[in-house]
Amino acid sequence: MIDSISIEVTVNGRLRAFAVAPHHTLLEVLRDDLELTGTKECCLVGECGSCTVSLDGRIVDSCLVLAVEADGGEVTTVEGLAQDGHLSLLQQAFLDKGAAQCGFCIPGQLMAARALLELSPHPTIAEVQDGLAGNLCRCAGYQQISEAVLAAAEAADR
Amino acid sequence: MHTFAYARPATLAEAVALLEAHGPDARLLAGGTDLIIRLRDGTARPVVVVDIKRIAELRPAIREDAGGVTISAGTVMTDIAADPLVVRHFPALAEAAAVVGSVQIRNRATLAGNVCNASPAADAAPALLVYGATIVAAGPGGNRRIPVDDFFVRSGQTTLGRGELVTAIELPVPARRQGAVHLRRTRRRGHDLASITLCCAVDEAGVTRIAYGSVGPRPVLVVDDGGVLADPAAPDDAKAAIFEQMFAGASPSPRSMRASPEYRLAMLRVLGRRALRIAIDRLAEG
Repeated sequence: MIDSISIEVTVNGRLRAFAVAPHHTLLEVLRDDLELTGTKECCLVGECGSCTVSLDGRIVDSCLVLAVEADGGEVTTVEGLAQDGHLSLLQQAFLDKGAAQCGFCIPGQLMAARALLELSPHPTIAEVQDGLAGNLCRCAGYQQISEAVLAAAEAADR
Repeated sequence: MHTFAYARPATLAEAVALLEAHGPDARLLAGGTDLIIRLRDGTARPVVVVDIKRIAELRPAIREDAGGVTISAGTVMTDIAADPLVVRHFPALAEAAAVVGSVQIRNRATLAGNVCNASPAADAAPALLVYGATIVAAGPGGNRRIPVDDFFVRSGQTTLGRGELVTAIELPVPARRQGAVHLRRTRRRGHDLASITLCCAVDEAGVTRIAYGSVGPRPVLVVDDGGVLADPAAPDDAKAAIFEQMFAGASPSPRSMRASPEYRLAMLRVLGRRALRIAIDRLAEG
């Protein structure tokens, strides 16, 4: 029997201490232990981006990170984007542009788009496409998703 | 995922001791973008996973020293692609690092992991071969420096021995001015494994170095030091003959899903010529 390991992770600004099995991924712990089910489980091989979260300021596929690896780290999930009940500019732009169709990929798209805009506040369409290349949309709503990211960049200037 | 013990050594000596004690039952965890997939699908079933990310000596770092640049084992592709030293001295490596996987993968995947995983399609491998990189390994017998061309054996296998791990990758600053480029062929733009991955460098003395991967069990380095490929005035027949010799080492698997052997062999020639042209242009532009 393998012992569980005690870790501390700051999740959406709140320090959480809990025990994890070494083979549990960050994705499993977020969804099953912390009940943050906004982050989606899909391909489990780092191709689809549905499980994208921010770890120590950089987006990762949480299906490819063991929870123990996040020990001492800071995680932001889609649940951490809205502040005081208000959607972020990016979330609002996704709504306004109809970027969410079935909605399954949207938490990952939002996390990837947020990371892109932090690095590149005024991205070109090509930069948006590159920045979101690791996030698949099974509804093929890429046009609206890209428009939403560009609209959020504009909205941030106002 | 099956269970395993997790070790997080703080020193290189501890990591070497763990690897030596457990041999093939231990697996190193750096970025995890390959390993965690294999842990999940059961093709890797280690007793212990050794996470190297908290080892002080392996912390992410790219530093310039006498005659070269050293990239520590913990350095991820995102940082390599953007690093001013890498961009200045080894632009084709920066280009290769910038197209590995997606943003999410590049934020996690390390250069050391890319070479240790020894995938024939490893995008950084051709650039490391062209630039004459050296793999620095630590092990029970001390440190060892391995030319990268002597490091790859076949898919998933390197010449690392029991208890050894890669601590850094050294790149000598090219002695002569050169133009270099990395190109790849994928099924879709963006996030995909390469059907061909290729690097070409042409220097001012007329030496052309080409390395290519994803067309055989390991990446291949070939050199034209006769100056024919680098000479824009050389006849096409002479160039074609040299390209044919260079690409004779390609033996793509008929079992791959990504592309047929015929397609890969045809595209290898297309990418080879395209890369040569770009490298020559870049050399001319300085």
